[in-house]
Amino acid sequence: MGRIPSSYLINRLITLGLTIWIAATLIWIIPRLSPIDPAEVALGRMAAGAGAVEGADAILEELRRQMGIDQPLLVQYFKYLGGVLVFDFGLSTATFPTPVSSLIMQALPWTLGLMILSLIITFVIGNLLGALMVWDRSPNLVKVAIPAAMVFTSIPPILSGLLLMWIFSAQLRWFPLTGAYGLNVEPGWSWDFAQSVMYHGFLPALSIVVVTFGFWALGMRGLMITVQGEDYVKLAEAKGLRPRYILYRYMIRNAILPQITAFALKIGLLVAGQVLVERIFAYNGMGKLLYDAILDQDFPVIQGISYVIILMTAVSVFLVDLVYPFIDPRIRHERA
Amino acid sequence: MADNTTSSAPMTRAERRLQKRMKRFDNPWMNPKLIWGVCLLLGIVGLGLLGRLLWNLDLVFTGSAPLKLPPVGFENLRRQEGVWDYPLGTDGSGRDLLALIVMGAPNSLWVGLLASLIGMSTGIILGFTAGFVGGRTDDVIRVLSDVMITIPPLLILVVFQAAYGDVSLAMMSLLIAGFLWQSPTRLIRAQVLSMRESGYVQMARLSGASTSHIMFREMLPNLVPYLFGSFIANVTTAIVTAVGLEVLGLGPQRIPTLGRTIYEAINAGALIQNLWWWWGIPTVLLAVMFIGLLMINLGLDEVSNPRLRRLS
Repeated sequence: MGRIPSSYLINRLITLGLTIWIAATLIWIIPRLSPIDPAEVALGRMAAGAGAVEGADAILEELRRQMGIDQPLLVQYFKYLGGVLVFDFGLSTATFPTPVSSLIMQALPWTLGLMILSLIITFVIGNLLGALMVWDRSPNLVKVAIPAAMVFTSIPPILSGLLLMWIFSAQLRWFPLTGAYGLNVEPGWSWDFAQSVMYHGFLPALSIVVVTFGFWALGMRGLMITVQGEDYVKLAEAKGLRPRYILYRYMIRNAILPQITAFALKIGLLVAGQVLVERIFAYNGMGKLLYDAILDQDFPVIQGISYVIILMTAVSVFLVDLVYPFIDPRIRHERA
Repeated sequence: MADNTTSSAPMTRAERRLQKRMKRFDNPWMNPKLIWGVCLLLGIVGLGLLGRLLWNLDLVFTGSAPLKLPPVGFENLRRQEGVWDYPLGTDGSGRDLLALIVMGAPNSLWVGLLASLIGMSTGIILGFTAGFVGGRTDDVIRVLSDVMITIPPLLILVVFQAAYGDVSLAMMSLLIAGFLWQSPTRLIRAQVLSMRESGYVQMARLSGASTSHIMFREMLPNLVPYLFGSFIANVTTAIVTAVGLEVLGLGPQRIPTLGRTIYEAINAGALIQNLWWWWGIPTVLLAVMFIGLLMINLGLDEVSNPRLRRLS
């Protein structure tokens, strides 16, 4: 990484740090401004479970002390920031003594796996189709069928998820309705388990892919039209290079670059969409955890999930910014 | 298309058609995508307006109709047939779906338009300020928009709404707008920086035009197609975010919205019970809304980028 000027690196690092700080602060401030007292919520839950609670005032005091909300706000804030840096979000209030971080660690691999898989598939398919829409030699079917399919790309994945779930799980019963793996398999590194995971993950991934590939295809189409008119493509054609070679090495190679920047800016929205897909498929990821936490008013968990997802987004944007000049030699890191 | 015009040979049918269509494209605002998109959205607004006039909206209350009736012409699992009193069927708590969508569909569009409008206005002001004033102000606005653009609105809003419970439609729009100003700000700032040095702006400055005149009379008209595009894209983002919140059970609790209807349908197991009209009708309406917005956006792209105005 010797080619990255330190000023650029510092600049990006400051942006990354600021993003994380602002997000963490927003997440902390918002519930503090709310009139709802988490200690009373916890007490209410106890009362609901036990019928009646004796010595409610003393318990409230104790709960407030345990949650740390009897301290001055500034102390709470810095404690929170310190905790967040080491992924310590406190204890879940719904499943009380469980640390939030361990709940998130259980859900994270599922979300990451589904996300990486569907992102790669959409990015590849979308860009390829977008390029083929412009290419002179692609079959007419591609030029007619894809723009028609494009209509679906504006729909958020949650709607396509519902539709696919109804057709393939509820009606045809080809795929399971809920969960990330079957109840009859033991989680572990076995072929049975892997098979079950793939079987359960297919529909959630598909519902993301069918509605997001078009975004890339559309962007790629615009870029390809621009690249198509460039002199170097004309020259390559004049030299008699194979059309396929020109498509991949001259046209797509140049058109794909701005797409990668778009990728970085889009990650946040994609993750948010995926959280919702996980919720409707009851997939064992962050989406389900988030939904359960909302139902239980489990604030530490809601905060932790929001923070982790924002962190993931910010770090990916940072990485794309760093790697970009290596992919596109025309851009240098100088621009601060 | 310059290579067609010089040929003296008689034109084939395809060429004639091409020429005719190119003529129609002379006015870029009259392209079919734009018209279709606007029609779809007007259809939804029309549904809201006509429905309010013609349909009995008391059916939107819980228990005002029989439970889980299918739309007309279908039969549910209990062998009940749809009746014309409730043409689109009813949901699991006895509400008429037609009344629900008449009330709910315009709400989603309204949230999107309002949030995008607020975000856009903020973006225009901040973008022009950053581009014109420069210096420290520019730095702050630039860094802030760089930072905020990577934060997914849904997740912050989930925290907010989980903490506050019920919100009004306007409040939700305002909250979503807090995440929609970044891309117009960046767009306008970049354009202002490049336009500042252009001939006509220099000319206006030399002839003593005021800063606000240069901003709004000289520069803004050039940005209109971009701003429209950005506006529509933001409407889509706002509606997606609002629907996302509603499907998680957040958002307005007492006003019927399409997202909340879907939330209730999923929770009641409508998928397994094959009550497809309950979640399907709101889903289709939302899809129509998004498709309309996409068409408008594609149409606007053709207005602002003539290179896309080709026929393939």
